[in-house]
Amino acid sequence: MDGVRFLLDGRLVCAENLPRTMTVLEYLREVEHRTGTKEGCAEGDCGACTVVLGEPSADGSRVEYRAVNSCIRFLPTIDGQELVTVESLSGPDGSLHPVQQAMVDHHASQCGFCTPGFVMSLFALYLQIPAPTREQVIDALSGNLCRCTGYRPIIEAGVRMSEYPVTHWGRDTPLSAAHCDGLRTIRRDRALRLPGFFAPLTVDELAAELEREPGALVLAGGTDIGLWVTKQLRELPPIVYVGAVAELKQVRRDAAGIEIGAAVSLTEAWSAVVAAYPTLAEMAQRFGSPPVRNSGTLCGNLANGSPIGDSLPVLIALDAELVLRRGTKVRSLSLERFYLGYQRTALEPGEFVTSVKVPAPQARRWVAGYKVSKRFDQDISGIAVAFSVQVEDGRVVDARIAFGGMAAVAARAPATERALIGAVWSEASIDSAVAKLAEDFKPLTDMRASSAYRLQTAGNLLRRFYFEHCGSAAPTRTADAVAASSSATHTAGPAAASL
Amino acid sequence: MSTRHESAHLHVSGQALYADDIPLPANTLHAAFGLSSIAHGRIRALDLTPVRESPGVVAIAAAADVPGENNYGSAVHDDPIFAPDLVQYAGQPLFAVAADSYTAARKAARRARVEYEPLPAILDIRAALAAQITVLPTQRLTRGRPHEALAEAPHRMQGTVHIGGQDHFYLEGQISIAVPQEDGAMLVHSSTQHPSEVQQIVAHALGKRANQVTVQCRRMGGGFGGKETQPALIAAAAAVLAHKTGRPVKLRLDRDTDMLMTGKRHDFLADYTVGFDERGRILALTVMLASRCGYSADLSGPVNDRAMMHIDNAYFLENVDIVSHRCKTHTVSNTAFRGFGGPQGMMVIEQIVDSIARALGMDPLEVRRRNFYGIDDRNVTHYGQTVEHNLIHTIVDRLAESSHYRERRRQVQEWNDTHRHVRRGLALTPVKFGISFTATMFNQAGALIHVYTDGTVLLNHGGTEMGQGLFTKVAQVVATEFGLPLTAVRVSATDTSKVPNTSASAASASADLNGKAAQAAAETIRGRLVQFACETFGVAAPAVIFRDGKVFIGERHLPFADLVMQAYRARVSLSATGYYRTPKIEYDKTTLRGRPFFYFAYGAALSEVAVDTLTGETQLLRVDILHDAGRSLNPAIDLGQVEGGFLQGVGWLTSEELWWNAKGELQTHAPSTYKIPTARDWPPHAQVKLLDERPNGEETIYRSKAVGEPPLMLAISVFLAIRDAIASCGPPGVQPDLTAPATPEAVLRSLASVRAETAPQAAAGVRVEADV
Repeated sequence: MDGVRFLLDGRLVCAENLPRTMTVLEYLREVEHRTGTKEGCAEGDCGACTVVLGEPSADGSRVEYRAVNSCIRFLPTIDGQELVTVESLSGPDGSLHPVQQAMVDHHASQCGFCTPGFVMSLFALYLQIPAPTREQVIDALSGNLCRCTGYRPIIEAGVRMSEYPVTHWGRDTPLSAAHCDGLRTIRRDRALRLPGFFAPLTVDELAAELEREPGALVLAGGTDIGLWVTKQLRELPPIVYVGAVAELKQVRRDAAGIEIGAAVSLTEAWSAVVAAYPTLAEMAQRFGSPPVRNSGTLCGNLANGSPIGDSLPVLIALDAELVLRRGTKVRSLSLERFYLGYQRTALEPGEFVTSVKVPAPQARRWVAGYKVSKRFDQDISGIAVAFSVQVEDGRVVDARIAFGGMAAVAARAPATERALIGAVWSEASIDSAVAKLAEDFKPLTDMRASSAYRLQTAGNLLRRFYFEHCGSAAPTRTADAVAASSSATHTAGPAAASL
Repeated sequence: MSTRHESAHLHVSGQALYADDIPLPANTLHAAFGLSSIAHGRIRALDLTPVRESPGVVAIAAAADVPGENNYGSAVHDDPIFAPDLVQYAGQPLFAVAADSYTAARKAARRARVEYEPLPAILDIRAALAAQITVLPTQRLTRGRPHEALAEAPHRMQGTVHIGGQDHFYLEGQISIAVPQEDGAMLVHSSTQHPSEVQQIVAHALGKRANQVTVQCRRMGGGFGGKETQPALIAAAAAVLAHKTGRPVKLRLDRDTDMLMTGKRHDFLADYTVGFDERGRILALTVMLASRCGYSADLSGPVNDRAMMHIDNAYFLENVDIVSHRCKTHTVSNTAFRGFGGPQGMMVIEQIVDSIARALGMDPLEVRRRNFYGIDDRNVTHYGQTVEHNLIHTIVDRLAESSHYRERRRQVQEWNDTHRHVRRGLALTPVKFGISFTATMFNQAGALIHVYTDGTVLLNHGGTEMGQGLFTKVAQVVATEFGLPLTAVRVSATDTSKVPNTSASAASASADLNGKAAQAAAETIRGRLVQFACETFGVAAPAVIFRDGKVFIGERHLPFADLVMQAYRARVSLSATGYYRTPKIEYDKTTLRGRPFFYFAYGAALSEVAVDTLTGETQLLRVDILHDAGRSLNPAIDLGQVEGGFLQGVGWLTSEELWWNAKGELQTHAPSTYKIPTARDWPPHAQVKLLDERPNGEETIYRSKAVGEPPLMLAISVFLAIRDAIASCGPPGVQPDLTAPATPEAVLRSLASVRAETAPQAAAGVRVEADV
């Protein structure tokens, strides 16, 4: 019988005879009795369960450590990795790690329940960035909720943690032989197969398995499927996990654009997309949270087909294409044509997504993505939109506008696009186009937003796009007012808690 | 002294034990609740066969299985542990099932077949008002000649204030573990702010006596009021199953169940008419307050009383008439939440004052100052308490200066004159909050201190630790009394078998009460040691001083531990209880008059926001806070309470929206749909200070002040800053009708109404008349 093999505190663990959908959190708390890692929500939204996973880099020279939500991560998916929990950080003599000591010194814990999760998110940041800025700390913590502190002391601990002397788990740890070699010894040359769980190592194996077992569930990051188990208590069909397929972890770049494999994490995928389209940085930043982006995959988000997935409108507007495979048959399909209805896609039985191709940017084409939600960070959008518009000599030559949250699927706005194409690039043309949105969409009312708000805001986001591309420098975002609010009057008294 | 939290090193290393982390006996069962799926109806049939047949199931308990009283309501006995026949909210517990694992229990709980006879459901405040159904009688509090004064006032204005509820979202969900003991006793580990109430309710549910039930709580992963009355339900259900099976039962709610099943902050509605003069001074106020209490009374009585008593905030209301309806709805029974009705009362008056300023074209801060309680006159509240040691003038003056209020008001105006899409807004609001339980009897506390022969101290008191730093503060008090380093004092879990008949850790008063009780216990032991030293060394009592871990006795000194050992050998008792009751307070809850509060805590905040007028999104740009903690017991902990309370209030008034569908099902029952603030929501610029050098005018523990709840209400400044920014999009004098929480949608709706205005008189939420 195969077991799930991973490293924990330098020890090789081989976990056998456990349920295939046991989460890493359940394993830690119930099998290992390591109770430092907490369950706050069991849906990857509060971060109390944050742990750090180490994986060998592609060339094997270092270990890449990143924070993930253990509450929705199935144990077999950490096979071959190093698991680091809050208990791992203290030194052999019980001394605290710089991240922990900074938290203590800044009075950054009150009830303490969320604290292990914050420590682990900060620890991942500690290994990744030598002296993080306030902004980088906030980004790193956007998946961790604290209800007590107001966050100020935690942010401060994050900004200061690099100043503490290092005793163990320093920044050289990812390069250390002990960690790299440890992972090398548990590398598999044969796919992991457990009852109801198969983790192929090659695309051919994956394709063959799905051909044999077309009813199997394709699992990637599990940031949605995990919730089927923890919240809906569903029994899952046989699982085929794509995360161990090296070929699917590739990002390929050429003149035509970028091709992102099915096992590429959202972190890496967004980084590639933003490198090509810098104006999409905010969409990337606000997509889930670092732990969600570290586990989840872009192709998983697309294949899942949720009407509120934020990557869908972006990639539809960019005219991305999916590469699908069934058995040995490979086909390409425009992403736009992939969605047939509410959580229904064009995937045939046994077929799976191997990659998504994002076209390279074109000259003289403006691209932007916006998202509106009740909270800036880690919220599911009430409405998301992406624009790809070409204007020449003051007239709109082409417009691709795709919305999420406006219909049962992420979709383009054909009437609105038609109204724009050929029109003069002016506020009046925008107003006419906005009036067409009601022909394109009849949005729903739910807990995120009402139908009326969605429709009105969809129009206003088109207006925002115009205001940001009409040559005016007038601020369109609240963040533009931050600097103004502190000018000339910001006094930092000695006793002030200022950050 | 700013010592760190006593458990900080345990928090950061994952070593701090919460109830879910306690190692369990091998035969422990895990339980889950089965919930109602409709808001109101009779249970025609409850078929639990599929639950019983589900894998791993060992036992089920429903209403008929409760050996004692099927109730967990403490004030009015109207909260069944398991609904017997009538279902009154979607999410109400019908039964609980115990199985060999947590997942097995949860899966089984969903398999019940329930047949309902649906009844019409009342789902919001307006519907309840129309149907005239309440959980408790309507209350009225009147002073002066409100109606005459209103008729005579040169200006009158009417309006409505909508205030949303709030989920506590403590990171640790509700949990209890019931462990049967010998001879019919029951030990309960509960995440609770009120161990004594859990003890009582469990005893009643099991038909046992109080001395057979012990409740322990070392710490909670957050409480905020949500673990004042609610834990009794969880504990009682676990205890009934433990009693039935004779095995330990752990009952931990998953997040969704927790949010569906347990009470929240009351949402409120206020219809008011205010009369004022041309300088903005309030001459008369009549207001109808109505709150969503849910299906039962719970703490709705005192919550609504406090809303009535805090509708003055820091303002003198000479002529006032407040009517308070405690509306019954077929939704979860709302409960205590940080501020306990105070925030809602204060939101009402702050919006009124803001609207008066807009109606008169005055700066709102000027109108606020004109209405503040006076120092020597205009200083009696509408419930008859004289406001002594009034700090609001000092605090607001200092804050206005340190935050450059005037200059920033001008800058914001300039920005708004020149910016079309993004508007800014400012508001400076005060806080005055009454400290004490309004029910006088709860203002008592006990402590138990042991000094061991090695000179170490074990402290136990009736308060509970939920992150607020209570254990740290009380330990500091005891260390100070004995002249010991803090490391010599250890605090043990709150335990009903050590200190009995305790009050909830609530009403911000825990450090005041338990600090004094612990001080009394320490004084008793110290007094014995002094007497022993006097007898042994032939000195007078004033010559014995405890300092730096030593005891100075006349010319000589010796380590504390040495004196303790000598005292032990001389057969001096080294253990003592301490007791405290708050002086001076008296309150008649039938007339709502008296001196309910020992003293008031003050604060003020200036918030500045930006509003995206295209989407309604808002951002808090900067906050300046000055808050009164008396002579702080621990400035670092108090600063944490101020900052954390403020941001929690910001969440309440901006992003945290409870959303029910038309069937009365709460749709926002997990962090994916219910959005509390994240790190980015802490403003990029913040100046938060404690008002130092102002000891409490009353004789509290070392002249400190309570700090748990008051800072939450500093967040009203954020809401009114958003209103200010919205107003900049309309004509002068416009009165934005902004509902709380100010979600992007609420803001955009308000912006649309403001832009539709041509004259202020027609504003949606406010109607102004001028007789002059």
